[in-house]
Amino acid sequence: MDFSLTEEQQMLKDSVTRFLEKNFSFEQRRKMLADRQPMNAQLWEGLASLGVLGVPFAAEDGGFGGGGVETMLVMDALGRSLTLEPYLATVVLAGGCVALGAADWQKKILLPKIIDGSLIMAFAHAEPAARFDLGHVGTRATREGNNFVLEGEKTLVLHGSVADKFIVSARTSGNTGDARGVSLFIVEADEENLGGQEYPLFDGTRALDLQLSGVKLGPESVIGTLDQAMPIIDTVLDRAMAALCAEAVGVMDALHAATIEYLKTRQQFGQPIGRFQALQHRAVDMLIQLEQARSLALLAASKVDAADVAERRRAVAAAKEMAGRAGRFVGQQAIQLHGGMGMTDELNVSHYFKRLTAIDVLFGNSASQRTRFATLGQNEVPAQVKPPRKSWVKI
Amino acid sequence: MDLNYSKEETAFRSEVREFIRSHLPGDIARKVLEHKRLGKEDYVRWQKILFEKGWIAAGWPVEHGGTGWTAIQRFIFEDESAAAGAPRITPFGLHMVGPVIMAFGTEQQKKHYLPRIRSSEDWWCQGYSEPGSGSDLASLKTRAERKGDHYLVNGQKTWNTHGQWADMCFCLVRTSSEGKKQDGISFLLIDMHSPGITVRPIITLEGEHEINEIWFENVEVPVQNLVGEEGRGWTCAKFLLSHERTGIAGVGASKRELHYLKHIATQEQEGGKALMEDPLFRDRVARVEIDLMALEITCLRVASAEREGKAPGAEASILKIKGTEIQQELTELMMDAVGPYALPHLPMAWGDHWIGAHVGPDYAAPLAARYFNYRKTTIYGGSNEIQRNIIAQMVLGL
Repeated sequence: MDFSLTEEQQMLKDSVTRFLEKNFSFEQRRKMLADRQPMNAQLWEGLASLGVLGVPFAAEDGGFGGGGVETMLVMDALGRSLTLEPYLATVVLAGGCVALGAADWQKKILLPKIIDGSLIMAFAHAEPAARFDLGHVGTRATREGNNFVLEGEKTLVLHGSVADKFIVSARTSGNTGDARGVSLFIVEADEENLGGQEYPLFDGTRALDLQLSGVKLGPESVIGTLDQAMPIIDTVLDRAMAALCAEAVGVMDALHAATIEYLKTRQQFGQPIGRFQALQHRAVDMLIQLEQARSLALLAASKVDAADVAERRRAVAAAKEMAGRAGRFVGQQAIQLHGGMGMTDELNVSHYFKRLTAIDVLFGNSASQRTRFATLGQNEVPAQVKPPRKSWVKI
Repeated sequence: MDLNYSKEETAFRSEVREFIRSHLPGDIARKVLEHKRLGKEDYVRWQKILFEKGWIAAGWPVEHGGTGWTAIQRFIFEDESAAAGAPRITPFGLHMVGPVIMAFGTEQQKKHYLPRIRSSEDWWCQGYSEPGSGSDLASLKTRAERKGDHYLVNGQKTWNTHGQWADMCFCLVRTSSEGKKQDGISFLLIDMHSPGITVRPIITLEGEHEINEIWFENVEVPVQNLVGEEGRGWTCAKFLLSHERTGIAGVGASKRELHYLKHIATQEQEGGKALMEDPLFRDRVARVEIDLMALEITCLRVASAEREGKAPGAEASILKIKGTEIQQELTELMMDAVGPYALPHLPMAWGDHWIGAHVGPDYAAPLAARYFNYRKTTIYGGSNEIQRNIIAQMVLGL
């Protein structure tokens, strides 16, 4: 049982934190939101040159060779600074699908570009009727000779409008809801018969709804084994949830600190309002929720790569439930303790609050995570991730 | 960072588990697991077994007969003990007055009391609260007047858990009423068999006799029973309370109770289905289980910091608040789980030798009483509101 960071991890944490403090401000964020800018190319390049975009990828793929803990450190820092970058979409979700499922030759094409910042990818998985059922895939990929034709609708594709390529889940056999029969495809953003609508989420993240109306793909677009993608999706979504828990902790930490600072400086009735016990106790309850969420985010980060899938799911479901619940509580109290100022767009408090609210909803809110937690082991995706197609050595 | 137990920690867990499996008397474990009433003899019998093994003073340094275990090992020990149904080690001697004597006591006090605490020869109780001094402990009024080689103690203490069994009482008394109210307080060790002491039971809402009030009428206490300096007892008091909070989270016991709750909710049927399958009930159970998972990691974080030499400070208050809230929620859920059979009040069925009929399932009988009794947890050891004050001041700087 060891909670300490290695020297390498501490360096990663410090360098990301310092870089973001220096290169991204709340004023920049507000400008990006006003300009409907989904990401900041300069910041993304900076993150790439720091090596941050390669954190979860294996050393042989050109990455940092990190796991859940390293991703946690990055997400925590991104959360604190309220960035709008497509780290979750490109590195954790789409990049995760590639790293877990793709053949070596596909990885060689995609991963170096993700890592050097020149390729933005997004994960198109959720569908309009799915709600929080992450196994719901109705989009069809019909076989035509060696090719596939994709028909269907994808929703809430995070950072979809800036993506060069999508990873799209589609059904190659079976019925909507079956664990078997789902495959993953690489789809170019400029593909014919691919349409979409871009919109902002309430926290400023931009997302895309995708219409696939007869998108034709060659066999080289398939990631991993046909029909066998659900375990990959399941693993990648757990990684994304663990990452979001870490981000939530970073956000809550910053928000709690801002609130304590406000309680110490805001004067009413001739004294700082932090002298009032009713407010002190709220601030303490925020701290307790934050520490409880931190504990489970640590657990999720350390179990997300575990070979024991049941252990991974249990830790992630619990952490996401707690991150959502604690996030709501800490956010609501922070607004309340800031009084009228908490209601304004001008102060970062409201931005933190909205981000926490979004994190709760993403991939299942706390109520749905409790249901998942309570029914772990029932109707689950088989745990085995099939090895990718063999890549033949050419002579 | 690795949130798995190390090979050594896992081996230690197996060793503890094996020892408890082969040495914990079945009749005692059954009482704990089934929420039956425990007597002094039950506690002492188990504590003497741990004493023989050398495991009774888990948190004490080796020089005083402690185990020298790390905080993580202590956590594992408590976890295994609780899971097997071992009674909680009575905290008053081992976790409260023992560390105070070690930190502030004279050599003679250490030599006399510490071995007797370890062997459970003396049963200790606390003498902190008074009828007029609860959360505002420093306002206490029990007087100790110096008369040559002894103090003359007069006053009243209250909420003395298991004071009816006690041989010794550690007491906060007022030796001076000048200056700041904290300054006139002294820490005395009082023999409960002294003339002038009267112990009266306080019956709590569930009908049990667990706590008492103690009256002191011209009780003579030898001067050598003063711990630390006269007038500096408040330092001892604060030291003791911070020790009390670490163990108070009770994660191991809550894990055991959660397990039992699920057992009950699987037995209980509603509309032909187990209660555990009812989405509303299941949701409440999931919530408390996740809270408990988080608290376990929070405890391990504190223990791990302690292993690296950082003494737990005000963070321990977080453990107390969250730990007791979870304990209460579990008793409430258990009572809710048995539905109408929470109602029958059959105190005789909580005893060991009850062979009469039960009303409803046998596990139902003590559940409402436990729910009532556990309201104490957010009040004792410094109420949860006091803990919040401590965190607000010491951690948040408000």
